Amino acid sequence: MKHGGSFRSGCIALALFGAFAAMSWYQGFEPGIRSAENLVSFTRSMAGLLPPAFLLVGLFNSWVKRETVESNLGKDSGARGYFWAIVLAGTMVGGIFVALPLCLVLQRKGASLGVLFTFLNAAAICRVPMTIFEASFLGISFTIMRFAVSIPLVILVARLMASWLGEDFRVRDGSGA
Amino acid sequence: MVFTWVLAIVLFLFSWFTDREKSVKAARVAWSLFRGILPVFIIVLVLTSLSLGLIREDVILDLLSGKGLLAGTVIGAFAGSVAAIPGFVAFPLSGILLGKGVPYTVIAAFTTTLMMVGVVTFPLEKRFLGARVALVRNLAGLAVALVVSVAIGLFFGELP
Repeated sequence: MKHGGSFRSGCIALALFGAFAAMSWYQGFEPGIRSAENLVSFTRSMAGLLPPAFLLVGLFNSWVKRETVESNLGKDSGARGYFWAIVLAGTMVGGIFVALPLCLVLQRKGASLGVLFTFLNAAAICRVPMTIFEASFLGISFTIMRFAVSIPLVILVARLMASWLGEDFRVRDGSGA
Repeated sequence: MVFTWVLAIVLFLFSWFTDREKSVKAARVAWSLFRGILPVFIIVLVLTSLSLGLIREDVILDLLSGKGLLAGTVIGAFAGSVAAIPGFVAFPLSGILLGKGVPYTVIAAFTTTLMMVGVVTFPLEKRFLGARVALVRNLAGLAVALVVSVAIGLFFGELP
């Protein structure tokens, strides 16, 4: 039962962290206390973000037709597939935690591997709120330059990875089972 | 965040009154995906909290200030890969770095690896892609970040 095993490892990680946090608090070890505060605040923000994001992935799975995904994101979609992958990635919330499960759903519905890897990397670098932040602190020309260089590279990397792996490569369901 | 809730609830209600069966299936798929990643998600959250708690902002500030172009870029890429700093902290921090005279080249290496390379999220990525593919994707992300950093350096005239 691999599923049970991984559940146990999650509990062990939490227990170890709890012990570390308690020790830190007892010893007044400030980085440890800060880590514990981080865990609370991350958990809180994820709890606010993940339920609706996962529900949207579920609704996508139920309502978006296989043919729609195949023709827009499939292996014959050409440039359109990459375009939609980047637009979809730009609107993502929850980062990689939501992007990976969505990859699984997209592949089941016929998205090509090149489009999937483009989406996954674009979800890291093209998210709109983050981009606005970047431009306001580092300047608009920095952001434009970064986009101009990184987007073609992300597509190139995705295509290389897709041809290396072949279309038989399947994204797994993440449960480890 | 509010927007995501509103969107999800409105769409789900719409779905519910159109086709109950599909809606139940949607909720079930959402739950099973979430349930599947929950244990490893906990591990990643713990690692993220530790990374952000142990590597303080002023450590990064120290690490990247006044290191010169090459060393700064290497350190920046390394720090960005290992650290797990959310964007709303990372970009103001980069703004401070810029004010301290840290080159754009170094900052680009730092922010791009921060976004594309995730040592702490690796356990999660491994579950979906397998260790080998996840490793290759992260290494490719590192390569992309270095190219971006060189291009930024040329653009801002920091490289000869």
